[in-house]
Amino acid sequence: MTTHPHSASAINRYLEELLEVEFTFLQVGELATSLAALAAENREFLLGWTRRIASTNIQIAYQFALRAITLLDHTDRRMIEAWALHAMDTYDRSGLSSGMRVIKEVENFAHQSHARSAGVVFEDVAGIMLNFVHGLSGRRLKLEPGDAAYTDSETLFLPAVIARMQTARHNFTLCKATVAMMWAQTRYGSFRVELPQLLAAYEDGERALNCFHALETLRLQARIADELPGLYREMQKLAAQLGETLPHDWEGYALQLGRSEATVEDSLRLLVDAYAGTSLPSLCYQGELRPEAVAACMATRIAKEKMLLRVKLAQLEQEVQKHRSAEGSDKPAKFGLAEKAENESGLTALELTLDGAPVAPPEDVRQLITSIQLDLGEIPPEYLVAAGPGEYDPSLYEEKPADPDAVWQGTYHEEGATLYPEWDYGRQHYRKNWCVMREKDVTPVHDGFRAATLGKYSGLLKHLRKTFEAMRDENRLLKRQSYGDNVDIDALVEALADARDGSEMSDRLFMRMHRTERNIAVMFMVDMSGSTRGWINDAERESLVLLCETLETLGDRYAIYGFSGTTRKRCELFRIKRFDEPYNEEVQGRISGIRPQEYTRMGFAIRHLTSLLKGVEARTKLLITLSDGKPDDYNDNYRTRYGIEDTRKALQEAQRSGIHPFCITLDEKARDYLPHLYGAVNYTVIDQVGKLPFKVADIYRRLTS
Amino acid sequence: MEAHTLAPEEHFIREEPYYEPVGQEIGIFEAAYRNKLPVLLKGPTGCGKTRFMEYMAWRLKRPLITVSCHDDLTASDLVGRFLVKGGETVWVDGPLARAVRAGGICYLDEIVEARKDTMVVIHPLADDRRALPMEKLGTLLEADDNFCLAISYNPGYQSVLKDLKQSTRQRFVALEFNYPAAELERKIVSTESGVAPEIAEKLVKFAQMTRNLKGSGLEEGASTRLLVHAAKLIASHIEPVAACQSAIAQALTDDEEMLAAVQELSSSLF
Repeated sequence: MTTHPHSASAINRYLEELLEVEFTFLQVGELATSLAALAAENREFLLGWTRRIASTNIQIAYQFALRAITLLDHTDRRMIEAWALHAMDTYDRSGLSSGMRVIKEVENFAHQSHARSAGVVFEDVAGIMLNFVHGLSGRRLKLEPGDAAYTDSETLFLPAVIARMQTARHNFTLCKATVAMMWAQTRYGSFRVELPQLLAAYEDGERALNCFHALETLRLQARIADELPGLYREMQKLAAQLGETLPHDWEGYALQLGRSEATVEDSLRLLVDAYAGTSLPSLCYQGELRPEAVAACMATRIAKEKMLLRVKLAQLEQEVQKHRSAEGSDKPAKFGLAEKAENESGLTALELTLDGAPVAPPEDVRQLITSIQLDLGEIPPEYLVAAGPGEYDPSLYEEKPADPDAVWQGTYHEEGATLYPEWDYGRQHYRKNWCVMREKDVTPVHDGFRAATLGKYSGLLKHLRKTFEAMRDENRLLKRQSYGDNVDIDALVEALADARDGSEMSDRLFMRMHRTERNIAVMFMVDMSGSTRGWINDAERESLVLLCETLETLGDRYAIYGFSGTTRKRCELFRIKRFDEPYNEEVQGRISGIRPQEYTRMGFAIRHLTSLLKGVEARTKLLITLSDGKPDDYNDNYRTRYGIEDTRKALQEAQRSGIHPFCITLDEKARDYLPHLYGAVNYTVIDQVGKLPFKVADIYRRLTS
Repeated sequence: MEAHTLAPEEHFIREEPYYEPVGQEIGIFEAAYRNKLPVLLKGPTGCGKTRFMEYMAWRLKRPLITVSCHDDLTASDLVGRFLVKGGETVWVDGPLARAVRAGGICYLDEIVEARKDTMVVIHPLADDRRALPMEKLGTLLEADDNFCLAISYNPGYQSVLKDLKQSTRQRFVALEFNYPAAELERKIVSTESGVAPEIAEKLVKFAQMTRNLKGSGLEEGASTRLLVHAAKLIASHIEPVAACQSAIAQALTDDEEMLAAVQELSSSLF
């Protein structure tokens, strides 16, 4: 562990350096004095975090240090950490001013009365809450940290910390109840009215909104009481602990809205009366209502889902027609919806019919129908008309990955990309959704490269095949077994002779075939950075051809991906051969078409290929990197220790998933850093192409026997 | 080593198994049986495929020989092998050969788990040849008229690598099974376990919640079988939330976060 300076002057110097005072002109003198006055443990804690934040942004680090000192007395460290991380994530996502705002909230937080040792941190509970809300019926909602608890009808936003209750368990329950309330808003139709317009009729729009929210809370609470009585009991306990009771004049509303047939229209009807009254209840788990966010989100969704459903129905119809024409009828199909007798998830169960007969829609269509039902309360008849030819371009509404090359044209967007975290060693924490990754295809080049390579290395190839074939497990006949498929006649004759002789007869009289099936999946991760230009690129391509040829004889599953990119915004993985693709001319063309691209960011590639490997069922999984140098990226700190540490972390993650990473490099300086990345034995440096497949054979033998 | 095999008559199902039909599966199975067509049962685990087979065996009054397939299952395990008894080698029929001879129903459960070379043994039995080649004896065993071959397979659960080969699946009449509709599932759970209908209803609702999680963290939702397990625990005075956790959640996953979420779902419900 790093120990930081103790004395005020030393701390002063340390901060001056850390916060680059020479350029930033930050005043650190007072800060240093206050830090020096702290208990050693607290000082270490704060200086450590200041240093970690400074690796992200100096201003945020400075503001953090200033504020955190006053926080230490009455706040749990876990909370301070949560806020610091939240600030850095916000900075990553939306820039300095947002990050600063979060830091300033730390101060507000400190001014609140009681000690916050029992708060629930978003990061800690997000996974559980997401599964919880997915288990409930309805739309697949998303979960994200926000400045308050509210929903836009697709995403549930939760504050970074929930700390209103005294104990951790109660805060967790509060969080769960809040999530359930927001789910109930989407589930029981709170947003099925044009709220912004309706509220505009009131003089005090804010009061009208709050009254409406309170009324809806009563209505939804009653729904929860019916559907999830256990949760409802917990909600009541929370409200009781905080002394939240319903004002007398609201009891009547509660009664009316508690009926199972009450809808959002009833809340609107009561709003006139409630608005005129004086009291306004508010429950701890009701969160906020943001009609504008909902309206914007819904407008796009409704338009999109209508078209999507019609396009999907057209596809479904086409499939049905295919069957029909075989049977000799070609009447146009007519879709309908029938209400099913039973009610599985609380939502009116609908059954899609085609010409009166029920059809089983695919999962995505079923989810669409549910989502439309939630927005509109029903499926309007015009939604059930299959889109005519050319009416909609399905590609506009399908969630297809965007064309990777379109990314740099016009304004940048991250839509359709996969986001990967990156380890920031300075911060000792992941930068969330940092790398924007896309898979691309290598354009095949059919130039006879394979034939040329095979010709060039024909002697070597023969030798290689032999090496690999020796590894292939053949069926082996095990004799003299105590059980087996066949009688071992030799053993039997011997045993009978023994028996005649009066000695004991052996029971090992069987033979059986023993076959160990090879159960290996290998992923090759090929460096396609600009530095491979020239002989290294040729070497990589040649060795890939040789490898494929030999691996084919072994029959193991293997895949090949190239990686390159420029900055975190453009991380690219090039598909050369997927696991389920045969080694055919197309793949051979792609190997030949491997060309040097840009830079070498490695973490995202390892993470993505790890996730692909995880999807393959195999006893042994290898991730073999072919590279010519260390991690590097354009105008970025990836070429410093940062890149090495991120790559190392990604490799550790791979190992934790049961994958054996291995690196074969052509970089002669690799011995300086590879042991740190891959461990002392999991890398090898080669200087000739021909050696590469043999190295792979070596690795194979080592890891699989 | 004493080799003991159950005689086919010991495989008769004497009491009517409890089975609730979901669709036309009984009629289709009977028609397939009369026409000597093999049957493939598709569907998620625990949705009643095996129970259906027991019921059909009882209905058709045929012995039912069930083999649970696994990746070490060899052709000999199905067809038969030589054993040594008192200094002599004797041939002992495997379960498949016994069913073929005796005109029973042979049910190969989770067929894709078997080795590929084992799976082809059933091919000649599954088409109009209806014969089992017994290579080690050098004979061809003609199937009895009453013999029926049924296999089961769980398409959702299997990986791509373990998919059923086209040459195998195209020989069978396929019956698709799924979780029963809510109403029916309630009835099954309460009949099998004896819990009150309200409890059964909540359990079915809970199962629905876990099925909603399929694909977002759970490989498979709670099956009817698991619901019956939980219901039985509840009938033996175990708290519903604890019963759901032990009999259902823990059986579905080891993931801590998922377990916690599922626990929250059950405690919300009861």
